[in-house]
Amino acid sequence: MTVGKCRRCVPMLDTGLRAALYGGLMIGAAAALFYWLNGRIAGVSGIFGDLFLDRKNGHSPWRLAFVGGLLLGYLLVRAARPELGQIHLQASPVGMVIAGLLVGYGTRMSCGCTSGHGICGVARISPRSLAATGIFMLSAMITLAVVRHSGWWP
Amino acid sequence: MRPLVALGCGTLFGAGLTYAGMTDPARVLGFLDVFGDWDPALALVMAGALLVSLPAFQWARRHPRPLLDIQFFLPERFRIDADLVLGAGLFGIGWGIAGLCPGPALAGLASGMPELLLFVAAMATGMSLRSWRVRQRARAGEFECKS
Repeated sequence: MTVGKCRRCVPMLDTGLRAALYGGLMIGAAAALFYWLNGRIAGVSGIFGDLFLDRKNGHSPWRLAFVGGLLLGYLLVRAARPELGQIHLQASPVGMVIAGLLVGYGTRMSCGCTSGHGICGVARISPRSLAATGIFMLSAMITLAVVRHSGWWP
Repeated sequence: MRPLVALGCGTLFGAGLTYAGMTDPARVLGFLDVFGDWDPALALVMAGALLVSLPAFQWARRHPRPLLDIQFFLPERFRIDADLVLGAGLFGIGWGIAGLCPGPALAGLASGMPELLLFVAAMATGMSLRSWRVRQRARAGEFECKS
């Protein structure tokens, strides 16, 4: 599925918007299939964190497979369409460490991130996930506004 | 079979994140910059994902169990408590600084960028700190999240 060929399918959207929509459909399909088949929430912070925080009961193989799949998916898209999936980092190494600590601590404290709460939880119409999604979006928008307009970039 | 499904779904998930542009912090921050030069593209990622997942998760409610396991595994917490609010707030601060959330950070690791490895290592440290804090409070069963 190339972006160019589908100009007729979604004619009102430009290439970037169409790629965003198709990528979103793929994410939604992955979460849906994972729930239908394995009966589990495709929540990345939970699956990744439990790889090293909950090592008993033989859950490691599927968790490792899911996380490995994320990397594999990146490589497949990059191989098929090198112009997509480019990474332009915004924060300094110090900023990356601060942000990483906050993302790790925060997602485990609220039991979910953009995938578990934002995609799966909202799709389940879970009040906790709806609240969490609204809060982390708002918090990120305010943080970015403060960081960009204060001139201090971590 | 279940690890194979996890590999397939993880791959589709990672491909979707990459295809959509979520793995690029510049684009994510462009979307989050609502008070500046807002780039609405990534709103379509959420919209596209929910277009599929919303009917899929609602349809699943009519079924007693998934195809390959004995039950659906859902979170056992229902209250909007202080941990949820504070945790989501902290996560948002980190997301707003670096433009990275857990899925795209892990998928992007495949690019081999050392800064992403640094981010993921810090994220794992943050997760471990939270787990340690929970165990310190000696209420592990009550507070630990389950995937």
